[in-house]
Amino acid sequence: MRGDAPVVLEARGITKRFPGVLANEQVSLTLQHGEVLALLGENGAGKTTLMNILYGLYQQDAGEVLVRGKPVRMRGPSAAIRHGIGMVHQHFMLVPVFTVAENIILGAETSRGPLLDMAAARRHIHELSQRHNLAVDPDALVKDLSVGQQQRVEIIKALYRNATILILDEPTAVLTPQETDELFVIIRSLTAQGVSVIFITHKLREVLALADRIVVLRRGRVVGETRPREASERSLAEMMVGRSVILQVEKQTAHPGATVLALEQLSLNDDRGQQVVNALTLDVRAGEVLGLAGVQGNGQTELVEAITGLRPVRAGRVLIDGQDYTGAAPRRISESGCAHVPEDRQEDGLVLGYSVADNLVLNTYYVAPFAHGIVRDGQAVLHHAEQLVAQYDVRTPNVTTSVAALSGGNQQKVIIARELSREVRLLIAAQPTRGIDVGSIEFIHQQIIAARDRGTAVLLVSAELDEIMALADRIAVIYHGRIVATLPATSASREQLGLLMAGAQPEHL
Amino acid sequence: MERAKPPKVDLWGRGRALLRAALIPTTAVLIALLIGALIIALSGANPLIAYSALFEGGLGSTRAFARTLEKATPLIFGGLAVALAFKGGLFNIGAQGQLLLGAIFAAYIGFAFQGLPPVLHSALALLVGALLGALWAAIAGLLKAFTGAHEVITTIMLNFVAFNLTDWLADGPWKDRAPGNIVARTPKVAAAAALPNLGGIPLGMILAALVALAVWWLIWRTTSGFELRTVGQSPSAARYAGIPVRQITVLAMVTSGFLAGLGGAVETLGVVGRFQPGFNAGLGFNAITVALLARTNPLAVIPAALLIGAMQAGASRMQFSSGVASEIIDVIQALILFFVAADSIIHGVLRIKPDDGEHVALSSGWGA
Repeated sequence: MRGDAPVVLEARGITKRFPGVLANEQVSLTLQHGEVLALLGENGAGKTTLMNILYGLYQQDAGEVLVRGKPVRMRGPSAAIRHGIGMVHQHFMLVPVFTVAENIILGAETSRGPLLDMAAARRHIHELSQRHNLAVDPDALVKDLSVGQQQRVEIIKALYRNATILILDEPTAVLTPQETDELFVIIRSLTAQGVSVIFITHKLREVLALADRIVVLRRGRVVGETRPREASERSLAEMMVGRSVILQVEKQTAHPGATVLALEQLSLNDDRGQQVVNALTLDVRAGEVLGLAGVQGNGQTELVEAITGLRPVRAGRVLIDGQDYTGAAPRRISESGCAHVPEDRQEDGLVLGYSVADNLVLNTYYVAPFAHGIVRDGQAVLHHAEQLVAQYDVRTPNVTTSVAALSGGNQQKVIIARELSREVRLLIAAQPTRGIDVGSIEFIHQQIIAARDRGTAVLLVSAELDEIMALADRIAVIYHGRIVATLPATSASREQLGLLMAGAQPEHL
Repeated sequence: MERAKPPKVDLWGRGRALLRAALIPTTAVLIALLIGALIIALSGANPLIAYSALFEGGLGSTRAFARTLEKATPLIFGGLAVALAFKGGLFNIGAQGQLLLGAIFAAYIGFAFQGLPPVLHSALALLVGALLGALWAAIAGLLKAFTGAHEVITTIMLNFVAFNLTDWLADGPWKDRAPGNIVARTPKVAAAAALPNLGGIPLGMILAALVALAVWWLIWRTTSGFELRTVGQSPSAARYAGIPVRQITVLAMVTSGFLAGLGGAVETLGVVGRFQPGFNAGLGFNAITVALLARTNPLAVIPAALLIGAMQAGASRMQFSSGVASEIIDVIQALILFFVAADSIIHGVLRIKPDDGEHVALSSGWGA
C-alpha cells in the first residue's frame, strides 16, 4: 500500500470566508506521492474553493498550505506552477484556433532570442505524450479535437510545466463512458510514474473505481475520509448529503397515452451552418419519460432548440398534439403547454439580475393575474412566488432576493417551479440536474416523475447516463444527429448504451 | 383561498437604498469639481471665486434659475431617451441626431402652418418632432435587430447624416427668407406653436417632468417595461422566455428616439423659437452624461439634468467674473462622466462594495 509514501501536498486548517458564506472551515487534507485522492462533495460543498486556494487563485483567511513539507504562500497560479502544481479546469482554457502545440506552450514559451523555438517545444510535447500514452497530434487545431482529446491537451499542458501534482476538476463531466475509462487509464499511468492526482467529482461510481483514498466535504468541512474498499455508493452518498438518500428514483410503471410530441424527419443546422440533426424521427407519448442519451455535441442542443422554437428547422416537422408547430414562435409553443428547462440555466433559464419572484413569471408575466392589460400586478407576482417557493422548497431568504444569490440547486428549482406550475402537456428537460447538489437532484427527479404521472410527456436530455437510466421509460440514443436506437429502459444496459453513444451499430451489439 | 399578506413596505430600507444609489453620482460630482478647482487654480485663477460665480449664474437669481430650467429641459428629454435605451441594453449615442431632426421638423410645422389654434398647433409640432426622432432611431434599431449592426456605430453615423441634413434644410428649402437674413436658420415659429410659461415655469419643463414620470411607470410598472428590462439584462433568457427580442430592440430604439425628438421639439418651440444649426450642439452628448449620472433611473434624470443645466447656465457668468474659460465646464462634465462610468474607482475611494442586483449594461453587445 501507499500508506507510508511521502506527503507531497498538505492543507492545514484552511478557512475561507466569502460574504455571507463560510466556504471552507478548518479543512485539512494530505496528498501522498503517486496516489489518486478523490475529493467528493455536493456542489457548494467547497471543493472548488479549496482547489482554487491550492492553485493560488484565492488566498485563504487562515491555515497553511505545505508543499513537500514546506509551508508556501500561493500568491497566484504562477506560484503554484513553480511548486509543481497543475490544474485542469472543468471548462477548458484553450484557444480554439491555435494548434495543440501552441496551446501547450502558451505562457511557457521556449525561445531563442525573440523567436519562438517551436521545434524544441514540439520535441518536448512528443516526448511527454509518448511517456504518458497521451496521444495527440501537436499540429492539429484545438477546435478540431474531440472533448476527450482537448482534455488530454490540458493534461499535457500541466505536465509541460513540470507539474507533479495534478488537480482535475470534474474531469469526466463531458466524457462518454468509454472516454472516461480511457482517462482513468491515463491517470493510472501518471500515478505509476510518480504524479499525484487530486480528482474532484460528485460521481460516486468513479470515485470507487479510481481513487486510492476518498475525502468527503460537506458545507465547507471535511466530514470523512475513507478508502474504496471500505465504502459503497450508498455510504458515500450519505456522507456527502449528511443523511440517507434514495439513489433509485421511486416510480411506478408508466402508462403511456397518446403521442404528444412527434418529430418527423427533422433536419437542423448548427450556428455555423453545419447540418447537425439529420432526418431525425422521434415520438414522445403522454405519461412517459423518453430519455435522449448521447455524448454532448451530437445534436441534442439543436434538437431541443428546434422543438421550442428557438432554432429554424431546415426540413421536417415538429408536431405537438398533432398540430404543426414547425417554425412557430417560442411563445406560441410555450402557450401550447410546452415547458422547457434549458440546458444553460444561468444564461438562458434565468435573468440573474432579477428577483426570484420576477424569474418565476419570466414567461407568464403578461397574463392574468400577473398583468391587467399592460399594467403589471406586483402583489400577484409576489404572492405567486411565496407559494411556489414553499411548494418547491426553494431555499431563499425571501422572494425579492436576487436569483443570482441562490445556489445552483435552488436556481434550478426556481426554473422547475416556473415550468411545472402551469398546465403542461410536454416537458423538455435538458440537463436538468447538471452540476447541482444531490438533495436538489432528488427533488427535481421526483418532480419530473410526478409530472409524468400527471400525464405529461417528458423528453429528458441528459449527459448523465445514470440519470437517463433512473428516470426514463424509453431510451433513445442519438449519435451524429440521428437516433441510432430506441430501447425500453428495462432492457438497456450501461455498456450497451455507452457503445451506442460512441457510434457502434446496434446490429453489432 | 387566503391571500398572503402583502410584504410590508420597508421605508427605512428604501431610504437607505436611495441614499446608497445617490452616493456614487454625488461623489463623482464632488471629485470632478475638486479636480476642476485644481485646474482653475493651475491656470492662475481663484477656484472659489470661479465656483461662486458659477453658482450665481446658475442658481443665484430668478433669472439665473430660469436659464437653468431652460438648459435643463431638453437635457431631461435627452437623458430619458438615453436611460430608456440603456434599460434595453442599448447605448443610444444618436440622441443628438434624433434631437436635431425633432428640432427642425417642429420648427417646420411651427412656421409652415399659420392660423391653427394654439394648443393644437404646438401639440402637432411636438408630435411631428418626436415622430421624426423615433423614425431616425428606428433605422438604427432595425439594423441592430435584423443585421446585428452595433447601435453605437450606426447611431454615430446617423448623427453625421442628421447634422448635414438639418444644415442643408436650414440653409436651403426651409431657410428664413426674411430680408436681411444671411445666416442658415428657419423662420420663427408661429406664436400659436410656441410653448408658453405657466406661472413662471416653462411649459416644456412641466412636460419634461410628466414624461419622466411616464417613463418611470413604463419601465417599472408595465409588461412592456418588463420585456425591455429583460432584453437588456439577458437577451438569451428573454428569447427563451418567448419575448420577441428583435421587436423589443426596435421598440426600445424607437421610444428612445421619440423622447430625444420630443426634446429637440421642446427646445425649438420653447426656447429658441426656430431652428438654427449649432444652437443644440452637444445636447445629445450631455444627455448621455445626464443618463449615466442618474444611473439610468428616469426620476433621477431630473436632478441630474438640473445640475448639468445649472453648470451650463452659469458658465458664461463664471467666465465674465473670474476670467476662467467657460470650457472648464465641459472638462468638469467630462470628469463627472468619467467617474460615473468608471464607478469602481469610487467604490475603491469610498471602500464600499458594488451593489448587486440589476446592473446597467453600459457596454452590452460590444463585439458580440
